[in-house]
Amino acid sequence: MSVLVYSESENGKLKKSSFETASYGKALAEKLGSKLICVSFNCSDSELLNKYGADKIIHVGNSSLKEFTAKTYSHALSQVIEDEDVSVIILSSSADAKYLGAYLAGITDSSYLSNVVELPESLNPFIVRRSCFTNKAFSSTEINGGLKIISISSNSYGIKENNGDGIIVNLDLNEVSTTLKVSNVEKQSGKVTIADADIVVSAGRGLKGPENWHMIEELADVLGAATACSKPVSDMGWRPHSEHVGQTGKPVASNLYIAIGISGAIQHLAGINSSKVKVVINSDPEAPFFKAADYGVVGDAFDVIPALINKLKAR
Amino acid sequence: MNILVCISNVPDTTSKINFTDSDSKFDKNGVQFIINPNDEFGLTKAVWMKDSNNASVTVLTVGDSSAEAILRKCLAIGADKAIRIDCEAKDAYSVAKEIVSHCESVKYDLIICGRESIDYNGGLVPGLLAGYLNYNFVTNCVSLEIESEKAKCAREISGGTEYSECDLPLVIGAQKGLVEESDLIIPNMRGIMMARQKPLDVNKAQNINSRAIDKKFFKPDEKSEVKLVKSDELDKLIDLLENEAKVI
Repeated sequence: MSVLVYSESENGKLKKSSFETASYGKALAEKLGSKLICVSFNCSDSELLNKYGADKIIHVGNSSLKEFTAKTYSHALSQVIEDEDVSVIILSSSADAKYLGAYLAGITDSSYLSNVVELPESLNPFIVRRSCFTNKAFSSTEINGGLKIISISSNSYGIKENNGDGIIVNLDLNEVSTTLKVSNVEKQSGKVTIADADIVVSAGRGLKGPENWHMIEELADVLGAATACSKPVSDMGWRPHSEHVGQTGKPVASNLYIAIGISGAIQHLAGINSSKVKVVINSDPEAPFFKAADYGVVGDAFDVIPALINKLKAR
Repeated sequence: MNILVCISNVPDTTSKINFTDSDSKFDKNGVQFIINPNDEFGLTKAVWMKDSNNASVTVLTVGDSSAEAILRKCLAIGADKAIRIDCEAKDAYSVAKEIVSHCESVKYDLIICGRESIDYNGGLVPGLLAGYLNYNFVTNCVSLEIESEKAKCAREISGGTEYSECDLPLVIGAQKGLVEESDLIIPNMRGIMMARQKPLDVNKAQNINSRAIDKKFFKPDEKSEVKLVKSDELDKLIDLLENEAKVI
């Protein structure tokens, strides 16, 4: 039996999340006494997965899989699963992986659990811990059924190196047909995305207006961070909707989340709870966000942010 | 056009989360339940499509009789018909299989679910439906236009938007953007009165075994007190982030 990891790539290169899923997959394979197989599509650097303990790397180069769609990628993966003796499939928590995971579970009649945060606490029965209630609780959940699919929360397990000597196998698959055609993808280039960022700098109404966002962008630049905003800010059109983080916006699971001029409404906290370290900068010492923060600065953003930028630059 | 909107009955965001039965069950005591926010964006879109696409809108939930209050609210918002599949919603798999079984007897051109519920946040039901029914599927859906059996969709992706076109039948995972928060329909008195006349059917469940069973719930460890740094001592903040938290 094998553990199979779907290793995500973008523009032919592995994504960082694929190292975390491989690290988790290796540890799980060792627990199960089985092999780790990594599968990537149209990816030119899949040999890097050896660093994380791959026993076999399957490279699928297929022109019909150039554009990601949940249906074509799921059917391609299900063909790989038929050929290999797979017991567990590991996915990341990226938007694409979650899109694909549930569809794959449907077509393969598998048991799927998302938001998994740890290695299984028991293998038989198979029990894993997942987050629920927007990170206000965790559940030890037993998964029944044959083939299991789990997606692990970003940054919950971490990247662990492990020597692997996986041979790279090129695989040709039957073309999967779908009437769903991707017509266009609009993507900001050269900017760190909220999903991939280690650090997210987020600001709220305390910034007083969109004209003041240059200092948020500068702070993000200095830190190599992505920029985000609170719901009122995107509702008022100060910043694009794509930057809105919170319950109805994008989820954040970065290592560091810096919130500037955001009071910390419960809906906002629900979206950013799984970030590891939270820094709050707010002029109001009573802002509820301070209760959820690890570090706090009570002060005016217009004084604190420029000073912080200067100090970070001087490091 | 026939539209099905799948509705999840979830605890209000501000609810206190507690557990009973030796931490194996969610404590519903004193908790107010609402229409899952992502489902409500989808429902609003469906109600608009009654005008734009001459659609008929059915709302469905899998749950016990306590879920009927939110179905009545969906009818007041503008759905034409409601169905409750009479069993406890135990996990995404059993809920999806109940809906699949219903969709095998009644054909829908479009099935709308929220991209995820705010209780378990699994995001599984729409994908499972599409997979089992072999329908097209677009989740994180922020735009949808249907014209002569063809759908044009937009999906929010990391750092951008992906546009696609497909045939019906289609399953979407709705989220904010499909409609805006300010577009949400607050039922008026006429809507509430009319909702009383609309059908709310209770269907027998298939009683499918669940595949994910919560054995025990935990709350995160109590957070330690925030460490405050004076606004004129920012070197200290940088030092803490660098050497204590090790995040920069």
